[in-house]
Amino acid sequence: MAVEDAVKDLEDRGFLTGFDKVLAWARKYSLWPLPFGTACCAIEFMAAVGTHYDISRYGWEVVRFSPRQADLMIVAGTVNYKIAPALRTVYDQMLEPKWVIAMGACATCGGFYNNYSVVQGVDRIIPVDVYVPGCPPKPEALIDGIFLVKEMIEKGTERTRDSWEEAVR
Amino acid sequence: MAVESAVIEKLKEEFGTVIVETHRFRGDDTAVVSREKVIDVLTFLKQDTDMAFEFLMDVTAVDYLGQEPRFEVVYHLYSFARNRRVRIKTKVPEEDAVVDTASSVWKGADWFEREIYDMYGIRFAGHPDLRRILLYDEFEGHPLRKDYPLDLRQPTVPTREFPDPEKQVRRDIDEWRVRK
Repeated sequence: MAVEDAVKDLEDRGFLTGFDKVLAWARKYSLWPLPFGTACCAIEFMAAVGTHYDISRYGWEVVRFSPRQADLMIVAGTVNYKIAPALRTVYDQMLEPKWVIAMGACATCGGFYNNYSVVQGVDRIIPVDVYVPGCPPKPEALIDGIFLVKEMIEKGTERTRDSWEEAVR
Repeated sequence: MAVESAVIEKLKEEFGTVIVETHRFRGDDTAVVSREKVIDVLTFLKQDTDMAFEFLMDVTAVDYLGQEPRFEVVYHLYSFARNRRVRIKTKVPEEDAVVDTASSVWKGADWFEREIYDMYGIRFAGHPDLRRILLYDEFEGHPLRKDYPLDLRQPTVPTREFPDPEKQVRRDIDEWRVRK
């Protein structure tokens, strides 16, 4: 049997795709979030997980408090210099592939806390994929942010994390 | 001059010149007490049956930079039995920023005083465990002092700094001119 016939035979029975795409298809509907909740944004996160907004509609509801079991970190709230080493450690403990959402003004840029104690955006400590604006963002906004992560996964968007980590260390 | 309350009158009667200054503003009684005797005054206010200020609501400090003495430690007391409040202040100079601890009178003063030490660097003589309570041990200085630099940051992990956006815009314009 010629190669063309073999391909034709395969296409009749199914379709050809890359292994990466199959993995991405599986991953994008089974993100396991790790909430790094330090302030009121965490309350909005809880609302997003709860029955009214219910992110389990998209398969993202398995909230894990162990970084070893999670692949989406949601930094929800103000991060100050005292807790910054903990944030960095938790991020380092997560397995690849991993994504980070900076939820709300504080995690994005420090918010209105421009003072001696607050990190002016978690992207100074860990790489961030998606920023969700708001103070705090509504659950819809967070869900929209996770949708952006989902798009990144399905498109295989290239990220510059390696060069970023060199810059920090 | 407003009529002085019974609390302030009793204090003056009991302590005389120890009470440096008093005032009353819209029902708030304040007495400024000399630093050496502040614990005596607080003990009296708590234990005297007419006063009965059994609750220490708050201990805090104020930095009057440029004035002499520079700091002021403020105690807010409340009496459940008589439903009234009084504010006791004491002035603390910068070069000898030490006050006797109130934790021997109220156990609850312990953490308030640690917070004052953390934020203002005022020390409390006889305190059981005087160390930082909110900030991390590596932090240098006391951030609520008025001469603490506003933009000083003391990160505990390596942080990435962003370029100044204005400079970035200027650099972009220069590059664009060169290309043109």
